[in-house]
Amino acid sequence: MIRNFSIIAHIDHGKSTLADRLLERTGAISERDMRAQVLDTMDLERERGITIKAQAVRLDYEASDGRRYVLNLIDTPGHVDFSYEVSRSLAACEGAVLLVDAAQGVQAQTLANAYLAIDAGLEIIPVINKIDLPAAEPERVADEVSSMLGVEPGDVLRVSAKTGEGIDELLERIVAEVPPPGGDPDAPLRGLVFDSYYDSYRGVVCYVRIVDGAMGTGEPVVFKATGERHSAAEVGVVTPAAVPVAELGAGEVGYLITGVKDIARIHVGDTVTSARTPDVEPLPGYAEPKPMVFSGLFPSDGDDFERLREALDKLRLNDAALVYEPETSRALGFGFRCGFLGLLHMEIIRQRLEREYDLDLVATAPSVAYRVILTDGSQVEIRSPADMPDPSKIERTEEPIIKALIISPSEFIGTVMELAQSRRGVMEHMQYLTPERVELTYLLPLAEVVFDFFDALKSRTKGYASLDYEPAGYRPADLVRVDILLNGQPVDAFSTIIHRDEAYAYGKRMVSRLRELIPRQLFDVPIQAAVGSRIIARETVRAKRKDVLAKCYGGDVSRKRKLLERQKEGKRRMKMVGSVEVPPEAFIQALQVDEER
Amino acid sequence: MIRPDAAQLADAAGAERAAYVHVPFCRRVCPYCDFAVVAGVDHLTERYVDAVVAEIEREPTWGPLHAVAFGGGTPSRLSPSQLERIVSVLRDRFGLVDGAEVSLEANPEDWHEGLGDRLAAAGFTRASLGVQSFDEDVLAALGRLHGSGEAIAAFGDAKAAGLSTNLDLIFGTPGETLERWLATVEVAVALNPDHLSVYALTVERGTELSRAVASGAPAPDPDLQAAMYEAVLDRVGLVRYEVSNFARPGHACRYNLITWAQGEYVAFGAAAHRHRDRVRRRNVRRIDRYLERVEAGASPVQGEERLDAWGREVERVFLGLRRAAGVTAGCAGTALLESPAGRRLLDAGVIGRRSGRLVVTNPLLTDEASRAVLALEEVDC
Repeated sequence: MIRNFSIIAHIDHGKSTLADRLLERTGAISERDMRAQVLDTMDLERERGITIKAQAVRLDYEASDGRRYVLNLIDTPGHVDFSYEVSRSLAACEGAVLLVDAAQGVQAQTLANAYLAIDAGLEIIPVINKIDLPAAEPERVADEVSSMLGVEPGDVLRVSAKTGEGIDELLERIVAEVPPPGGDPDAPLRGLVFDSYYDSYRGVVCYVRIVDGAMGTGEPVVFKATGERHSAAEVGVVTPAAVPVAELGAGEVGYLITGVKDIARIHVGDTVTSARTPDVEPLPGYAEPKPMVFSGLFPSDGDDFERLREALDKLRLNDAALVYEPETSRALGFGFRCGFLGLLHMEIIRQRLEREYDLDLVATAPSVAYRVILTDGSQVEIRSPADMPDPSKIERTEEPIIKALIISPSEFIGTVMELAQSRRGVMEHMQYLTPERVELTYLLPLAEVVFDFFDALKSRTKGYASLDYEPAGYRPADLVRVDILLNGQPVDAFSTIIHRDEAYAYGKRMVSRLRELIPRQLFDVPIQAAVGSRIIARETVRAKRKDVLAKCYGGDVSRKRKLLERQKEGKRRMKMVGSVEVPPEAFIQALQVDEER
Repeated sequence: MIRPDAAQLADAAGAERAAYVHVPFCRRVCPYCDFAVVAGVDHLTERYVDAVVAEIEREPTWGPLHAVAFGGGTPSRLSPSQLERIVSVLRDRFGLVDGAEVSLEANPEDWHEGLGDRLAAAGFTRASLGVQSFDEDVLAALGRLHGSGEAIAAFGDAKAAGLSTNLDLIFGTPGETLERWLATVEVAVALNPDHLSVYALTVERGTELSRAVASGAPAPDPDLQAAMYEAVLDRVGLVRYEVSNFARPGHACRYNLITWAQGEYVAFGAAAHRHRDRVRRRNVRRIDRYLERVEAGASPVQGEERLDAWGREVERVFLGLRRAAGVTAGCAGTALLESPAGRRLLDAGVIGRRSGRLVVTNPLLTDEASRAVLALEEVDC
C-alpha cells in the first residue's frame, strides 16, 4: 500500500507550501510544530524560495476507502541547474503532482519538469494552486495545462495550499491514480540513491528508493558506480523525524547511513546493492556530476585564503557537485578555480561564502568548459583561459551548447528572438501554447547564457518570460583568447575565451572601462586587448602630471601629515600588476556583467 | 646643482626660532578657503589682540626669535597700532635677533597709501600681498574684493617703504586659460617683487568651492595646472627654493624655511600651531572658544602630537623634500632610495640624489615622494 510521488513546479508556484499542507493533513507534523515550509531547511533556500536539496518524507494516510496507505513524498530541487538531481528524484517515484500557479500559468520549468516526468513514465496529476489569489485565472490555466498534457480541463484539480482547499481531494487522487511500486521483493537488492546530505554527527546520509529486494540494518553494501563497500550501519524512514527500521523493502523509500564521511564518495544516481550480489545490473540513468560553469574565486584580502579553503571544504560536505582547485593569479593572488552545475549554483555558493563565512570575494568572469582538439589529434578540456593552448597547436575548438526552452507572452516574441539571435542562438522549435503564450526552443552556446541572458530575457519581457535549459553537447566554434595587457603585462584575471566575432567588442569594452578605473601613474600606462600577439584595442592612461598639495598653512605640519597618511593607506591597498598600481575594486568593477550588451 | 649656500641656509633654519600669530579676521570668506577664518566680527579685534598678548605673556621664556610671521585670515584687518602692540610684546618677551624677519600677510583692499611706512615703523620687514591674480575675471571668480589696480598700488607702497615684498598668486581657476595666466605672471614679473608664491587652486573639503564643484561647476584641471606651473619656472627671474615659492637671493621667507627645516616656533591665536620642545600643539580653532579660554586664564591648547625618533626622522624628510635644496638623505632618505617605491620614483624622475642630498626633481609630484617616505618600514637609525 505504498505510493511514491513528487511535486514538480516552476519556482514560487507553491511547492513547499503544498508539501507543508500535506504533512500537516496526514498528521506527520502537528500544526503547533508547523514551521512554514518544513522541507526547506537552509535559510538561503527559504529566502530565495527554492529548494536546493531533495528530501523524502513518509506520510501515513487513511484514505476514504478505509485503508491505510504509506505516501512517500519526494521533494525535488526547483532549479534548472539541478535537473540531473530532479531526474533522479523522479526516477524514485511512480507519480508526480504537477503544480501550476493559478495566476502565472504554465512556465518554462513547469514544462521542463513535466517533460522529465513524462520521460520517466510517471503518472501526472495536474494541480492548479493559489486559487485563493485575486489574480487567479484557474479556467485559463486549466486550458494551458490541458493543451500541454492532453488531459480534460475538468481533470485539472484546483487547490489552495495556503488555505487548505482541495487538499483532501488531492490526497485521494494520489492514492487512486499513482500506481503502486513494482519491483521484485525476492530479487537481489537494488536501491537507487536519489539524494544525500552530510550530517556532522552521522556522516553522509543517503536517500534511497528500494527497487528490488530489501536492505536490512547491518547488511554489507556496495555502491555500483564508485565501488565503495560499507556496512548499512542504519536504515530508516523519515516521518519527518528519522526513525530507524530493521529493513527497507521493495518499493519503500528511506535513508541509509554507512559511516562514510566524504560526500564525494556517494554519487546521486548510483545503485546500492548487497555485497553478496555485487554483480546485479545497475539501475539506468546514472551520470557523473559534471560542472558546467567555472569561475575563479579570490579573497579580496590575501590573508583570507585559508579561511576560503576551509569554507569551501565545509560547503562541499553537502554539495558533491561543487569542485575547486587552487589557482594563482598574478593580479588577484591565491584563490580557487571553482566549477558549478550552473549559474544559480555559482550564485548560491558565492553568496553563502560571503554571508555564512563572512568572506569578501573577487570572482572572475564566469567561463564554460571548452573543448580544444590539438593538431596532434588529442583533445583537452579548457576550464580557465590560462589553460588555452598556443593557437599554433590548435586544430579546432568546440563549445558547450544548451537547449533552452523559453516560454513568453506572444507579444514579446520578436524581442525574445532578437535576443536569442544576438547570442548566436539557433531556433529549433516554436509552438503556441495558447494564442497568448508561446514556447520557443533554441540551441544556444552556454557561454552566451552564463553572463546575463536570463536577466536580459526578463527585462525584455517585463519579467514574464521563463527559461529552462539542458546540456546539448558540443559544437565547433571559432574561439580565441583575449588578453588584457596593462603596460605590456597580461592581467590574467581579465583574460577570457570568446567567439572570434565578439573579441573586438570585448577588448574595446574592457580597455575603455579600465581606462576609467585605473588611476594615473607616474608614467603613461597603455591598456591593450590582444588576441595572441595582435593588438585589437588600445587606450592610454596618461601619466599623472600634478600631485602636490598647496602649502602647509600656519605651520600646521600635523594636518599635512595626516592627509598624506590617509592617501598612503589608499595606496597600500593597491594591487601591483607589474609596475602598475591597480585599486582592488577596479577588478570587481571591470568584471561586472555588462549593462551595455 | 644645488648651491651649497642654499642648502646650508635651508638646513640652518632648523636650529632657528620663530613665532607665528594667527589673525582669523576677514572682510569676507573666499569661496576656496578652508583656513581658520571668520568674517563680520571685526568688533572682536581689540579683545582678540588682548587675548593674543595675554597668551604671549604666559608663554615660557624663549628666544631670541629669527622670524615672526602674522598669518590669517587677514592680518591687515588689524590696525597698524594693534599689530605694533603685538610685535613689541613679542620683542619684549622673546627678543629678536639682528636682522630678524617680521612679516605679515595683507590684502590689497585693506592697504592705503602710507601703510608701508607705518608697518616698517612698527618693526615689520616684509609684506606678503594676497594679490592672487591680475586678471579681473579671475579675481571675480575667486571672490576677491580688490582689483588689479589696488594690488599694484599696494605693492608700490610696500616696496617704497623698503619692505621685502611677496606676491601671492593662484593659478588654475576654472575658466583661466594658460594665456591669461601668463599675462598675470608677466605683470607680476614686471613689478619685480623680492618673492613670489604661486599656488594651484585646490578644492578643499567643506568650502563653498567644493559644494559648487559637487553640484556640477567646473573643477580645476590638474593637467592645465601642471602646464601653468611649468610655465612659471621658465619666466620668473627668481630662484625656486620650495615647491611654490620663488625669491631673490636673501629674500627667502625665513619663517617658512624654519617650518620646512623642522625648526621650532611658538604660535598664538585661534587655531595657531606651535612646535616647541619637539611637541606640536594646536590651539582651539573657534575664535569665541579661544577668547573664552584665554580670558578665563586657561590654556587655549586643544591637542598635541609627539613623535618618536623614527616619526621625527620621517617628518624631517617629508618636510625637507618640499625644498629645492632637498634634505641630507640621512636615515629615512637612504631607506627611501633603497626601497622599491624609491627606485620607482628615481626611475620616473620624481626624486634624485644631488651632492649627497635627496631632492625632488619634479616638484609637481612632490606628494608621491612624501607618501613613499611616510610608507617606509621603520629602520634602525
